[in-house]
Amino acid sequence: MTSSRNNTKISQGIDWVVVWVYALLVAIGILCIFMVEYKPGINVFQTFIAGKTNYSKQLMFTFLCIVMAMFILLADSKLFTAFANMMYAFGILLMLATFVIGKSINGSKSWIPLGGGFNLQPAEICKIFTSLALAKFLSRQETDFSKLRSQIIGGCIALSPAILSIFQNETGLALVYFSFFIVMYREGLPPALLIFGFSFAALVIATLILEPNTLAIALTIIAAATIYFTKRIRKRNKNLLVTIIAIWAICVSVQRFAVPYIFNNVFQCYQSTRIFSMVGKDYDCSQNKSAMRRVSDKEKAAKKPDDYNVRQSKIAIGSGGLIGKGFLKGTQTRGKYVPEQHTDFIFTSIGEAFGLAGCFVFLAIYLFLLLRIINLAEKQRSTFSRVYAYCVASILFFHIVVNVCMTIGLFPIIGITLPLISYGGSSLLSFTILLFILVRLDADRQMVLR
Amino acid sequence: MSVFNQSRSGIIQIAFGFVFLVIIGQLVNLQVFSAKYKLAAENNAIYRKIIYPDRGIIYDRNNKSILENIIMYDLVVTPVEAKGVDTLTLCKLLNIDSVEYKRRIKEIGYRNGTVRPSVFESLLSPEMYAGLNENMFKFPGFILSERSARSYPFSTAANVLGYIAEVDTSFLRKHKDEGYENGDYAGMTGLERNYEKILMGKRGVKRFIRDNKSRIQGSFENGRYDTSAVAGKNLHLSLDVNLQKLGEKLMTNKVGSIVAIDPKTGGILCMVSAPTYDPNYLTGNQRRHHYGELALDPRLPLINRTVSSKYSPGSTFKTIVGIVGLTEGVINANSRIGCSGAFWGCGNGKPKCLDPGYFNFKEGIAHSCNTFFATVFKRTLDQQKFGNADSALTKFNEYAYSFGLGKRLGVDVPSEKNGNLPVSSYYRKIFGRNWNSCNIISNSIGQGEVQTTIVQLANVMATIANKGYFYTPHLVDSIEGGDVYGMLDSFKVKHTTKDVPDSIFEEVQNGMQAVMEFGTGAEAKVPGIVVCGKTGTVQNSAKVNGVMTKQKDHAFFGAFAPRNNPKIAIAIICENAGFGAQSSAPIASLMIEQYIKDSIEGSQRKAKVEELAKKNLIPPMMKLAMARMDSVKQAKLNLLIQQQKEKEEEDTTEEEISIDSTDRIPEKPILTKPRESRDKKKSITFHSAAILTDEKQYTINKKTIKA
Repeated sequence: MTSSRNNTKISQGIDWVVVWVYALLVAIGILCIFMVEYKPGINVFQTFIAGKTNYSKQLMFTFLCIVMAMFILLADSKLFTAFANMMYAFGILLMLATFVIGKSINGSKSWIPLGGGFNLQPAEICKIFTSLALAKFLSRQETDFSKLRSQIIGGCIALSPAILSIFQNETGLALVYFSFFIVMYREGLPPALLIFGFSFAALVIATLILEPNTLAIALTIIAAATIYFTKRIRKRNKNLLVTIIAIWAICVSVQRFAVPYIFNNVFQCYQSTRIFSMVGKDYDCSQNKSAMRRVSDKEKAAKKPDDYNVRQSKIAIGSGGLIGKGFLKGTQTRGKYVPEQHTDFIFTSIGEAFGLAGCFVFLAIYLFLLLRIINLAEKQRSTFSRVYAYCVASILFFHIVVNVCMTIGLFPIIGITLPLISYGGSSLLSFTILLFILVRLDADRQMVLR
Repeated sequence: MSVFNQSRSGIIQIAFGFVFLVIIGQLVNLQVFSAKYKLAAENNAIYRKIIYPDRGIIYDRNNKSILENIIMYDLVVTPVEAKGVDTLTLCKLLNIDSVEYKRRIKEIGYRNGTVRPSVFESLLSPEMYAGLNENMFKFPGFILSERSARSYPFSTAANVLGYIAEVDTSFLRKHKDEGYENGDYAGMTGLERNYEKILMGKRGVKRFIRDNKSRIQGSFENGRYDTSAVAGKNLHLSLDVNLQKLGEKLMTNKVGSIVAIDPKTGGILCMVSAPTYDPNYLTGNQRRHHYGELALDPRLPLINRTVSSKYSPGSTFKTIVGIVGLTEGVINANSRIGCSGAFWGCGNGKPKCLDPGYFNFKEGIAHSCNTFFATVFKRTLDQQKFGNADSALTKFNEYAYSFGLGKRLGVDVPSEKNGNLPVSSYYRKIFGRNWNSCNIISNSIGQGEVQTTIVQLANVMATIANKGYFYTPHLVDSIEGGDVYGMLDSFKVKHTTKDVPDSIFEEVQNGMQAVMEFGTGAEAKVPGIVVCGKTGTVQNSAKVNGVMTKQKDHAFFGAFAPRNNPKIAIAIICENAGFGAQSSAPIASLMIEQYIKDSIEGSQRKAKVEELAKKNLIPPMMKLAMARMDSVKQAKLNLLIQQQKEKEEEDTTEEEISIDSTDRIPEKPILTKPRESRDKKKSITFHSAAILTDEKQYTINKKTIKA
């Protein structure tokens, strides 16, 4: 510990690969935003400097992020372990404060106005704090993650901000917190839980796609077959029959009552419509309770069809073809057909301009970064660093996959940014902090005891 | 600790990889295998703007342009930018009220979106344009956009030149592969229609990138795929615009037509169908309204009577009968046939004859003696060598066909009729197998079943003038830049008559010259020019209240001049005008004089022009129908005025116009029917039912055309 203190050179032990990949991605991001906003005949250099366009703002944010990264690299890595719990508490407090002093942007009351036109989204920053807190909790000597109690506490740490986020009507960010289950799985969460989660998801999707009666019959047949084939085991284990019937009952009731109830009463009309449109079906908004409440508002102007975003996004990406239309030559990008193209739908600009080849290379860079982080994680001696590294990988993974899947129509549209690429100071800053804390921790991986 | 659960790291990495593979899979599906997205992207973002070339110009034989292009203006609005518009001024200039203004803006927003420019008022009249142009600064969001329109500087030859109009679905179906689109204009009648391919030119396409609100963002790929428009080719006609104008003037208030042909070439010198209308009447923003008016007129001004109406040719047909008789040798030039006032060859004293005498061929023609030609016709059909009337009639028809009768000539204006030369099978059906010449004796004097169009009649005159040949009558003389489609080839083929020697034509011409000198056509004499002509007076009947009623005779006249070096062959019909000598013949003489001498000379002749132009020969049936229509219109108008008046009395405060009830009444139609009021220049007036509206003409004030 003392030996490393003596070494004052901050570049000592830094994993430059991650830093360069980070720089590459941010650069790609600025070019993408430039591509989206480009108009022929502008003075490129001037607009980059002037600070009026999004790409020039993003450039400024990048400088801010570099400063932030310097600070983090200069900080003592012990700082993060020491303040982890406090920062988590602070984060939760911020999220609670949002309910009081929050500002509503795009229908979600999850922003705290900072003045000067800047707003802070606590849920975004809370990801970092939660990662640190989770790492702290799992790295405690007394934590035995094979115990149910620890698992529940870990789950609570991960999901508390998510629940608050849902109440702020920011479902997208809430979902991100579920990515911590990947970390917990790595640290010993029983796979049964994940299997259960996946089965549930499969059941919900099946409910959406299939006719209710068809699915009920299918479930019944599966249950009957299971009972038939487990004849022998059932003789030894009397409870099995009860379990199977219970599972069957739960499945059918979920399919018959729970899912329709959630879609009609819990979700907003637009959310249900998006999820339904993903599986290629129309959702009848007249069944939706919240829609019925606002039925008078709905008679306003004729809206664009609800799958407009996905359709335009798929058109932009699909028209890119194998090698794309070329830099700044995307007609869909130029024509601003894809809504929110500089933020959530930034991937479409790559898809259109550089085609499948470009997408492949781009995703390869991301995958490389993810695998590199996991690789680093496994190298760590301290549990804290390893868990934190896994947190970073999971959050990045979740963001990338959900964002890309949503642009190519594999996932319903939720407001999740593409890390380091999408326009937005909050998002860029939080990912920078997330990554550079990892770089800092990794640089000090010789420090075993923490 | 780090060794614990390490195997799960691998699982996580594999899971990451797998999810990325799924994404790549979907990308391959979208970008490589789904062609529809490329198409959708193109439909989204590429706007193909069609660049319309200028249509070809049409010139007359003296290189005067009679159909050309002018620039007209549309008032175009972008609703979202139209803030702070001085609506009061705008509405005043456009003769609309503010309610109408709001309605249009709303409708445009609904139909075409509020951020795109849309036409607010199309094809502005010059007055409106001038007024708007001065005040454009008061109307943000409005612009005046140019557009090319057709203009007829001489306001003449409406039915010959035709008009263009927006294509409809049936047109698009018919011309599937010619690249027409909804909203395009194409020639609908006349030369505009027949020479559409040539006049249209070649359209160009410009590709633009447009954004999600259909605003143009710039050219696509710097215009690499753009094509430029090629202007339509110009047409040069054989038509003489002065002759055409004179013809139209002389045919004022008459129903009928005039066709004049240059016998040497077959080029049509004038083609007048009366009543006609000012072709400029069917351009501009009132086109639809004006078209409706014309279409409902009982005198059918939209029909080109020169090719589309069939008439019994009357005595003019006697020339053909005479030629056939002479050629077949049933008479010779000196044969004399006595006429006692009727033809008794078939025993019933029909047809009757006006002036009795003992005529040779020349005198027979000069006096248009029915008995003479009935005899010739009977002799021709009764010839021993044919055995029966069937083959004799076939032979007769062969002669007639060779003069261009009975079949379509192939004139280059649309909807030409074929006329009628009845064949033996037709008579067999009526009279049985043993029909004979007496059954069809009225054909000999051009009555009965024989029917011709006026173009065919003019062509017969040309053939006689040429002594035995003709070229298909045509309007287009040459196409600038060459006749690529070979459309003029058929007009260069010389058609000769069936072995008629020159001497016989000489005889016929003698007869026709005599017509002018001492016969029925004395009225058609032209000072200093030897004219050959033939009158015709045709009995006809029409259905009145379901009963065939005999109408006043049609007046025909066919002529050519000068005899020795024929320059013009002409045929005229005035429907229900009585004797051919009284109306058609003097018109012919004036037309011939105009063409050959290039002007009408002498005050007496000039006075004659005015006198003839004033002569009202509209058939009484049509007068009646017109009067009926006008009275219905008047009644409707009265009702409207009445309603308006009642409404006005309820709320008088709204109006800013002077509240003087006496001069307000005539203004009422303006208030109630903005369409009417927008072109006050129109010379249509509403007469009360008692006054016949014979002078009703479809013209618009000259000032309106000259921009």
